[in-house]
Amino acid sequence: MAVLVIAEHDNASLNDATHKVVTAAAKFGGDVDVLVAGEGAGDVAAAAGKISGVRKVLHADGASVAKQVAEAMEALIVPLMDGYDAVFIPATTMGKNIGPRIAAKLDVMQLSDITDVIDTDTFERPIYAGNAILTVKSSDAKKVITVRGTAFDAAGEDGSASVEAVDAPAGPFKSEFVSEQMVKSDRPELAGAKRVVSGGRALGSKEEFDRLIVPLADKLEAAVGASRAAVDAGYAPNDYQVGQTGKIVAPELYVAVGISGAIQHLAGMKDSKIIVAINKDEEAPIFQVADYGLVADLFNAVPELTEAL
Amino acid sequence: MKVIVPVKRVIDYNVKVRVKPDQTGVDLANVKMSMNPFDEISVEEAVRMKEAGTATEVVIVSIGPQQAQETIRTALAMGGDRGILIKTDETVEPLAVAKLLAKVVEEEKPDLVLLGKQAIDDDSNQTGQMLAALLDWPQATFAYKLEKDGDALTVTREVDGGLQTLKLATPAIVTVDLRLNEPRYASLPNIMKAKKKPIDEKAPGDYGVDIAPRLSVVKVTEPPVREAGEKVEDVATLVSKLKAAGAI
Ligand SMILES: Cc1cc2nc3c(=O)[nH]c(=O)nc-3n(C[C@H](O)[C@H](O)[C@H](O)COP(=O)(O)OP(=O)(O)OC[C@H]3O[C@@H](n4cnc5c(N)ncnc54)[C@H](O)[C@@H]3O)c2cc1C
Ligand SMILES: Cc1cc2nc3c(=O)[nH]c(=O)nc-3n(C[C@H](O)[C@H](O)[C@H](O)COP(=O)(O)OP(=O)(O)OC[C@H]3O[C@@H](n4cnc5c(N)ncnc54)[C@H](O)[C@@H]3O)c2cc1C
Repeated sequence: MAVLVIAEHDNASLNDATHKVVTAAAKFGGDVDVLVAGEGAGDVAAAAGKISGVRKVLHADGASVAKQVAEAMEALIVPLMDGYDAVFIPATTMGKNIGPRIAAKLDVMQLSDITDVIDTDTFERPIYAGNAILTVKSSDAKKVITVRGTAFDAAGEDGSASVEAVDAPAGPFKSEFVSEQMVKSDRPELAGAKRVVSGGRALGSKEEFDRLIVPLADKLEAAVGASRAAVDAGYAPNDYQVGQTGKIVAPELYVAVGISGAIQHLAGMKDSKIIVAINKDEEAPIFQVADYGLVADLFNAVPELTEAL
Repeated sequence: MKVIVPVKRVIDYNVKVRVKPDQTGVDLANVKMSMNPFDEISVEEAVRMKEAGTATEVVIVSIGPQQAQETIRTALAMGGDRGILIKTDETVEPLAVAKLLAKVVEEEKPDLVLLGKQAIDDDSNQTGQMLAALLDWPQATFAYKLEKDGDALTVTREVDGGLQTLKLATPAIVTVDLRLNEPRYASLPNIMKAKKKPIDEKAPGDYGVDIAPRLSVVKVTEPPVREAGEKVEDVATLVSKLKAAGAI
């Protein structure tokens, strides 16, 4: 048996999500290979070779896969699948974009966002915003799987797999990359952060969000998150949204500030180890999942907390 | 351009589902059902394109039980032109939905299919991408902004780390994200008008598509419940508790 893992990276560095998917793939069993598709991503391929338990790294280098546009990734991965029983992909926006496209080409149903591997046909995944856990069995011969990173530990880095070049697809394709606007930050990345401070609608403006949430996150060396309401209102960038339809996080410490705790928000953070909630409404649902709840006005409590740390 | 908008009838986003004691699924009896919220956004976008003169016709498609007709009516009240209901009481997985939609596309020949990025019940996030693969069309998922650019579409997407802009040749598949627009509420006169708009009723068999599921439910269980912890009196107590717990 053999499994292909698709690496998450930005051409410069390998994202930790990849290590977590390797753990899930190892639980599936068989040889685990990692595909690094990018442009000038030689360092990433070398880093992938160090992940424990990896047999070999396939490295596709070319402009067509520089931004991992779906059509090109399909053209690259589908032919490779002749040699594999399963493809394991991180449930990041990259993975969610390409996984189903590969599955449809292989005429199989994708298993989305799995949280456990029971056996080679059976998997666990949350449904209904995490309010139910589905154990699901697939009758398809090949498996296409996206993996929820928070459910698996990152594989170690004591491997020494060889890197083998594969051709990047030539194109042309009907979709082309035009531009990107990436949020630059020195902060830990939200999805993999050990600590997260999130702000909600109660912050009232981007200025207050930046004045209160950011210094607290700095003190805690935490990533910054937000509720959908805060993102919709423009207090924080889109990709800060934590929840069912945003990012799933499970840090050691999650601090929810001025967030009510709607089910869609809880779906994205309730597996955090310790949850702190600061909310002036003692009935707010967030308190039902919080280990430590502080009923207070955030405009007083947050500066005080930042000061006390 | 002609636009097809597939809409799904799902459990209302405000409902907290309960797992059935026999672990076969969740209890959907007497539960409020609504249009998948992402599909309201795609209907809104298509209707706005029509109002702006970039779309010529907006066709609403749903695959599901008879009641999915109500979901189509809602979309027609928002401004869709006509509907197609592919009626089935079976569970239809995203691959089968995509295969049925591919057949509808063959017949209708749209320039754009606008879908939700995910349905909030099963959270699969697959159908649009699968449809793109089956048709060999370009795709842009998680759309934040959508503009017609001659015969092409320029789509800005919400991706990890920020925004990415793609240019797609048409025909194309776009799946919508939360920030694309704010859907309207249908007005009463438009709800009345929608009652007269045509809805074609079909069955999966009419399209010759095999919708047999590939996945089977072994069981559906409750997630581990998280107990509420304690309320702390003030910031100082919070800090000392967090220190004691080793969190800071
Ligand atoms: C399809 C769909 C998908 C969604 N996906 C997500 C998602 O992924 N993530 C997500 O977060 N939401 C999501 N939502 C939205 C969700 O339902 C809620 O609307 C949202 O989470 C509310 O954000 P909030 O808690 O910041 O705002 P509110 O619910 O308005 O809560 C604000 C809270 O702040 C408190 N407050 C006010 N003033 C103060 C003060 N001075 N000091 C302290 N506390 C104060 C209030 O008591 C209140 O509890 C989704 C909704 C839909 C329909
Ligand atoms: C335990 C369990 C039991 C279930 N039982 C049933 C059941 O008895 N009956 C049943 O009908 N379903 C049932 N389902 C749901 C069914 O499996 C899902 O509807 C299917 O897998 C589609 O996934 P999705 O909606 O998450 O797709 P996604 O890919 O997340 O949907 C994305 C978009 O695709 C479009 N789309 C998806 N489905 C349709 C559709 N039907 N019509 C039009 N457009 C659509 C919409 O634009 C939607 O926004 C069950 C699911 C589970 C987990």
